[in-house]
Amino acid sequence: MTKIDINGNTHDTPKLNDSQLNTLAVEDGEYKTLFTPKFSGYKKWEQHNEKLIRAFIPGTIVEVFVKPGQPVKQGDMLLILDAMKMNNQVKSPINATVKEVNVKVGDKVSKGVDLVVLE
Amino acid sequence: MHEKDSKVEELKKRKEQILQGGGEKAVAKQIAMGKLTARERIIALLDEDSFHEYDMFVEHEARDFGMEGKVLYGDGVIIGTGTIYGAPVAVFAQDFTVAGGSLGSMHARKITKIMDYALRMRIPLIGINDSGGARIQEGVNSLAGYGEIFWRNTLNSGIIPQISVILGPCAGGAVYSPALTDFVFVVDNISKMFITGPDVIKSVLGEEISQEDLGGAKVHAQITGNAHFYAESEYECFEQIKKLITFIPWNNTRKARRFEPKDPKACYNIEEIVPGDPKQPYDVRDVIRAIVDDSNFFEIQEMWAGNIVIGFGRMNGETVGFVANQPLVMAGVLDVDSSDKAARFIRYCDAFSIPLCTLVDLPGYLPGIDQEHAGVIRHGAKLLYAYSEATVPKLTVILRKAYGGGYIAMSSRHLRADFVFAWPGAEIAVMGPEGAANIIFRKEISEAANPEEMRRQKVEEYKEKFANPYVAAAKGYIDTVIEPAETRKLLLHALEVASTKVSDRPFKKHGIPPF
Repeated sequence: MTKIDINGNTHDTPKLNDSQLNTLAVEDGEYKTLFTPKFSGYKKWEQHNEKLIRAFIPGTIVEVFVKPGQPVKQGDMLLILDAMKMNNQVKSPINATVKEVNVKVGDKVSKGVDLVVLE
Repeated sequence: MHEKDSKVEELKKRKEQILQGGGEKAVAKQIAMGKLTARERIIALLDEDSFHEYDMFVEHEARDFGMEGKVLYGDGVIIGTGTIYGAPVAVFAQDFTVAGGSLGSMHARKITKIMDYALRMRIPLIGINDSGGARIQEGVNSLAGYGEIFWRNTLNSGIIPQISVILGPCAGGAVYSPALTDFVFVVDNISKMFITGPDVIKSVLGEEISQEDLGGAKVHAQITGNAHFYAESEYECFEQIKKLITFIPWNNTRKARRFEPKDPKACYNIEEIVPGDPKQPYDVRDVIRAIVDDSNFFEIQEMWAGNIVIGFGRMNGETVGFVANQPLVMAGVLDVDSSDKAARFIRYCDAFSIPLCTLVDLPGYLPGIDQEHAGVIRHGAKLLYAYSEATVPKLTVILRKAYGGGYIAMSSRHLRADFVFAWPGAEIAVMGPEGAANIIFRKEISEAANPEEMRRQKVEEYKEKFANPYVAAAKGYIDTVIEPAETRKLLLHALEVASTKVSDRPFKKHGIPPF
């Protein structure tokens, strides 16, 4: 096929061969096609685990209230995550026992990092 | 010397000084960064000797924090009017050599002045952004300046074309002016756009990322969709802007410039582009090139959401907006980004009375958890809304597959397309043959001695009966089935017929699109 550039000149473009194409499954079966960079970069979905307390926002840990082995009730404060000029209270969503505390005061954490693991 | 002459001399001297911008050192730094200066940019963009500058003698307002003694020529921004291929345009260009192009209140007032000019004169506005951001010494006055610009961007939207050119940093609140405009141009290694830059991200998160990886030209052209045009150099970028200007009208009451009609180039044979097998990919842009004058198709957002193709071409010398599913990328499915991309373009064309031509070949919407969770429902709805609301002539050609919701969304009769044509190989059905056969004949297939053989038979049976354009044609949902070779002729006729189209809609202040 030929391609025309911005100045109206034509260029021959190499024909696509099958090895450059990926397989995309849709409702009507599989198609041979190219992927967008964004599609290639998608992360696989994970089931939400309420025992895994993750940073919902990037920030800094300013206080930690719990230790491994400590029982906690739903609504108990686990730690304070300072982010966006706000002391965000991170609370336990369930009654459980603290299994791991992966952060200490002063740690900077990214979004999605495991802060506390309950069991 | 005459007194009059000495006054002219003084004017010349003052101008001479201002033309130096931030001075030799700052200019050398700008060049070292691989950038042109603000004045060089304006000269490169506009017709020769067409630029006229205003507010050259404006001085900055800050009188605190040691700013009182400083001279900031033009307050870091150049404004004026000029022409591109004879078409008048209003321009502002931030001058990074003057206080880093930082936005103080007079700087903002110059920009808003030229925006008001552009609106009053009903001419396109081109903004060249190259600024370190708010001038902190000017405090809330700087914030007020941004707000005034955003408000005008919104007011001007849909009346005059607004073009943003990112030729340097454009960070923090400053990014929202380009985001509110119609077309954003970026240049590799030069454009940088982000809300919070690498420094903030590092101090808050401890994560290190370069400006280029965070918000460089490629990121916005490929990933975010913030940019519409990507260039390797500033000069290439200016050529793109000039070309765009030839395709769009000066304002929403005029038509774009008419060019001499030309037949498509012979190398694009419309009968040979689309494979018969609906699962074989091809480049739909070649079909567009086989239809438009001189095969000249000007694509927009080429690198983002490639599964839908948008851009301008000419038919009989007049601009037409094209929207086409691209089987070559993601099998041409609709998804979050492609819906968003096409919807915005449709609204642009509608606002500026540019007829729309839609080429359909899609298997439907992209299945996936990430798509559902990313809100494909509300983003997909944008496309339906944009097509339904558009009152410009709407022409649709179904090239091959038009299944299910995708069929409805892609400028169907039901969303008030004016003309719907289908090629003989078109398959217009509630879903693809395989999916449909599996549902309709579930029992027969599962109870058969050889389910696979039965499935194959039933798929064939369904294909035979429904995978064609004639079921939809029998209902009048499509106007006619055409041979591929007739496509251009019929579209030209349809455009002529639709050029006097009247579209009455009930009064409303405005609708509530699923933004």
